[in-house]
Amino acid sequence: MAGTTQSHSAPAVETPLRRFCRDFAESRIALLGLAMFAIVLGAALFAPLLSPQNPYDLNQLDIMDGRQPPMTMSMGGFTFWLGSDDQGRDMLSAIFHGLRTSLGVGAMSAIGALALGAAAGLVAAYFGGRIETLIMRIVDIQLSFPSILVALILLAVLGQGTWKIVVALICVQWAYYARTVRGAALVERRKEYVEAARCLGLGHRRIVFGHILPNCMPPLIVVVTVQVAHAIALEATLSFLGIGLPITEPSLGLLIANGFEYLLSGKYWISFFPGVALLTTIVSINLVGDQLRDVLNPRLQK
Amino acid sequence: MSVFIIRRLMQSGAVLVVMSLIVFFGVYAIGDPIEIFISPEADQIERERAKVALGLDRPVWAQYFAFVEAALGGDLGRSFVFNIPSMTLILQRMPATLELALSALALGIVVGLPLGMYAGYRPNSIGAKAIMAGSILGFSLPTFWVGLMLIMIFAVDLGWLPSTGRGETATWFGMTSSVFTVDGLRHLAMPALNLALFKISLIIRLARAGMRENMLMDYVRFARAKGLPMRRVVMVHVFKNIMIPVVTVVGLELGSTIAFAVVTESIFAWPGMGKLIIDSIQRLDRPVIVAYLCIIVLMFVIINLVVDILYSVLDPRVRLSEARN
Repeated sequence: MAGTTQSHSAPAVETPLRRFCRDFAESRIALLGLAMFAIVLGAALFAPLLSPQNPYDLNQLDIMDGRQPPMTMSMGGFTFWLGSDDQGRDMLSAIFHGLRTSLGVGAMSAIGALALGAAAGLVAAYFGGRIETLIMRIVDIQLSFPSILVALILLAVLGQGTWKIVVALICVQWAYYARTVRGAALVERRKEYVEAARCLGLGHRRIVFGHILPNCMPPLIVVVTVQVAHAIALEATLSFLGIGLPITEPSLGLLIANGFEYLLSGKYWISFFPGVALLTTIVSINLVGDQLRDVLNPRLQK
Repeated sequence: MSVFIIRRLMQSGAVLVVMSLIVFFGVYAIGDPIEIFISPEADQIERERAKVALGLDRPVWAQYFAFVEAALGGDLGRSFVFNIPSMTLILQRMPATLELALSALALGIVVGLPLGMYAGYRPNSIGAKAIMAGSILGFSLPTFWVGLMLIMIFAVDLGWLPSTGRGETATWFGMTSSVFTVDGLRHLAMPALNLALFKISLIIRLARAGMRENMLMDYVRFARAKGLPMRRVVMVHVFKNIMIPVVTVVGLELGSTIAFAVVTESIFAWPGMGKLIIDSIQRLDRPVIVAYLCIIVLMFVIINLVVDILYSVLDPRVRLSEARN
């Protein structure tokens, strides 16, 4: 990393955040990923403003517009840039709204899994002993089952619904966070500042969450990016299989499933474009995550 | 060593007990058990009779033991849809899933290994860079969407391959499989490739890393100095060393391949266990769901146990670090 040596010779005003940004910007492809993700996020956040029509307002749909190929004019006078589905729904609008659902579910499950996993990992590392053995054994056992199988078991038991899939995704992912946080916290626990905090008579809770946790953030951020991408892909897969989100909140996976039957008659766009949107989302998050891993890895920092 | 195996056996037993509790309380206690085993069309008298027959008038712990006993005896009720014992139904579908998973793993090795070795042998060539970019794409592409695109290209546009089903099967040496007929192979090609995509990417990475590592070793230099041609050094000496991590990982991946076959089977209407469980969840065919969960958990516990034991045999450090704890 040639740039980091340069950044050390920079004047003293250099803050850690600024150095982080500079290191991150060194990779063109990571910046591209970040830009792609910003576009995806913008499309999701401003879906109602950007969409030519509200895809779930039945009054705006016209059955005569069904299954139109891309670039055709609709009965309502706007263009179906990406075609329309069997009910005359504009695919572009449906994708914007689908991104909203997919990213929302991904973010919610990531936050839940992060909270649960980080707490479990910190408790394991800080207190050690039997608690640690028990928590880490549970983590090991859970990680020995593939994620889709754990989700499948939970959904078979819980049934369907938006909150149930969030719960299932949290249960699938907390173990990755727990393992990462424990690894980082084990190192931090032995450092002097923890000793100092103890000597000051601070409570366990304050030491763990106020002092150790912030120092475990770098590896945690990397795992968050990777796991958000996983959560989005897993949710899309489960929704595609028809056991994920309900039909009232179509995510990208459901849009793709909806186009499956028309694919066989050559109407590719109903499945194809939501898939491209999903792929763009996952690839952009992975590109950002790859660069974060390089920037935040202490072994690569000089 | 035997202490290690006993500990692992106890752990596997504990996992099975916990899973049986989850399945029992999830499917039995939360949902109405009557609805699980009696078809919705049954009338009130029939329901009451079933309640007594199933022992639902007894306390919960007694019901749990009855459930475990039934599961151990392989009797978990009859499928509402097919009206045959759910256990039998799943065991009937299992060979198709295993066939698909094993074909995918084989394809992963046959395609991934040479590509990965080439990428490691000439890491700076354009071909190597293309292969690595492809493997990143293989990790990022959602499997189910790739399956749809395969159908679109090879079945709809080109019309080369059939899009659904298992095709004709034949029996050789007591094994019934679609690998033995041309029609079967044509049906198997796309699902196997779809399921193999992730494995190919994984094996490319492993083989590339192994190749780069081994080419710097002294034994390669020695073999060259001895006058062996490069072809022989790579194909025989280096190849053997690359195979060690590849075989380990492929063995570990068998379980996850069977699990992810759920997705591929649903897309290509492959008549395996995975498609059965998805159909059963959608039709609320609960006896089949319960039986599937029991069988798949047992299968994974056994796979994990075997992998753990093999690991400790191959790498003594694993069991030593365990003993120190």
